[in-house]
Amino acid sequence: MSNQSYQAGVQQYRNTYWEPDYTPKETDFLACFKITTKNAVSYEEAAATVAAESSTGTWTHVWTDLFIDLERYKARVYQIEEIPGYEKTFYAYIAYPIDLFEEGSIINVFTSLLGSVFNLKILRALRLEDIRFPISYVMTCGGPPNGMLVERDKLNKYGRSLLGSPIKPKLGLSAKNYGRAVYECLRGGLDFTKDDESLHSQAIIRWRDRFEFVMEAVKKAEAETGERKGHFLNVTAATPEEMYKRAEFAKELGAPIIMHDYIIGGICANTGLANWCRENGMLLHIQRTMHAVIDRHPFHGVHSRVFSKVLRLSGGDHLHTGTVVGRLESERNSTKGCIDILRESYVKKNPDYGIMFDQDWGLTPGIFPVASGGIHVWHMPALVSIFGDDAVFLFGGATLGHPWGNAAGAAANRVALEACIDARNQEIDLEEHSKDILRDAAQHSPELKIAMKTWHEF
Amino acid sequence: MNAMQDYHSGLNDPNSRKFEIFSYLPEMSDEHIELQIKYIINKGWVPAIEHTEPNNVDGHYWYLWKLPMFGESKVNNILAEAKTCHRIHPTDHIRLVGYDNKKQSVGTTMVIYRGPIKF
Repeated sequence: MSNQSYQAGVQQYRNTYWEPDYTPKETDFLACFKITTKNAVSYEEAAATVAAESSTGTWTHVWTDLFIDLERYKARVYQIEEIPGYEKTFYAYIAYPIDLFEEGSIINVFTSLLGSVFNLKILRALRLEDIRFPISYVMTCGGPPNGMLVERDKLNKYGRSLLGSPIKPKLGLSAKNYGRAVYECLRGGLDFTKDDESLHSQAIIRWRDRFEFVMEAVKKAEAETGERKGHFLNVTAATPEEMYKRAEFAKELGAPIIMHDYIIGGICANTGLANWCRENGMLLHIQRTMHAVIDRHPFHGVHSRVFSKVLRLSGGDHLHTGTVVGRLESERNSTKGCIDILRESYVKKNPDYGIMFDQDWGLTPGIFPVASGGIHVWHMPALVSIFGDDAVFLFGGATLGHPWGNAAGAAANRVALEACIDARNQEIDLEEHSKDILRDAAQHSPELKIAMKTWHEF
Repeated sequence: MNAMQDYHSGLNDPNSRKFEIFSYLPEMSDEHIELQIKYIINKGWVPAIEHTEPNNVDGHYWYLWKLPMFGESKVNNILAEAKTCHRIHPTDHIRLVGYDNKKQSVGTTMVIYRGPIKF
């Protein structure tokens, strides 16, 4: 017989949701929140409020609470960690029972963890730093349609990083002129070209025309160079029906890879498209428009490592990460953490990289991190040193802005990459000897020589 | 001043055909090949030699020379096999492969002797 009785009213969350003696179970989801409180709220109560509001709690007792076994369903704050130098900001570690989430649905995880907690009046700010997904849950998610190893086999690319370029200007080119820019990049030695994420199906360049011209360019460059190539055809659209229509047409044309914008398009659309790609032997490049709106502020929002994990579970074969070098904001250690999260089968806890939990990926394939944004030949040694072989580098301006055109720009990038891989294989320190490696390579490549001259100041 | 140069490639120009990694760098010396073999051995990969006619360069499956050299860790022995294959098939591209049995993949592969390209 139950010994609980119903008492209406508000009570402190810490009495129910703060359990410092709790040992997390293997099946629990673990979350690390960075919480910034307002005056007069204790760390314990602030953290317990987050645990309650993101699991079973409501602001006041309700009689139906007594219908459930709260011990089974509630989240628990099991650890609080102060951050040196901050008085009102701390880390809270919360364990969520697996029963709270529908299997295979990252969306369902987000609806709990990213719900009204982020708007609580008692908190000044809230940031989700990391989530440990239990392996038992990971295995209910479809994951990447192909993964790095399958992509390497399909495209016949081994022992080196992959190279690509977005086509610019990103808006305004006709489909036919756009295809010309693709062809020039690919015949010069790039593996990929890509649609800009803002390119959907505007009147100047409707998707069907673009896909046709682009695929003619890809096929001709393949015949010319004898190498396998692809263009990331953006199928992100206003409705799922339209998205699938575009994906089907890409397949019909023999395209090896398509592209989707997973935050703005939505995780629901992304998971569906990833399943379609798996069934249709299509590679999937993933864009992350809107991420910086959510992940850039250090005290509020969601860290990009959480979004990296979410994408690997939802499905995609490439995902943009920071570049460390170049024109966009990205911190070296945290970027390295995101790279590990995308590629490794088991990632150990590493607070230096911001990784707060061990993460077992089971048999989920690893995927390629993509570095993009203001990078050029002079960055190549650092990029190869930071990312290694398993990455895609996108050189946009540094391909298209070459003084002799896209093909020469592509060749310059390819020579620089191969020279760095060659040096790396010979155990030469790339960052220490970067200038010598590039200068030696440029002796045999006028394209690289002039590229180095063009971007020397940057 | 550097005058603008044409980047030439063409469907009917066999020299436009590339063969993946290091095909944009000059052909390697034996000393250079030895360093790449050493890289494969240090990685714990299984060295192998494969070859093909230059006009079949884009296929996945090249002719395997004997079997991959399981357990072989002497640079000289591996280079000697590559040279023998090159001597017997002087008009083929000869590539060095490092099979990665942990990842069930190819760690690296590179053409070390280039056949004259004729169609």
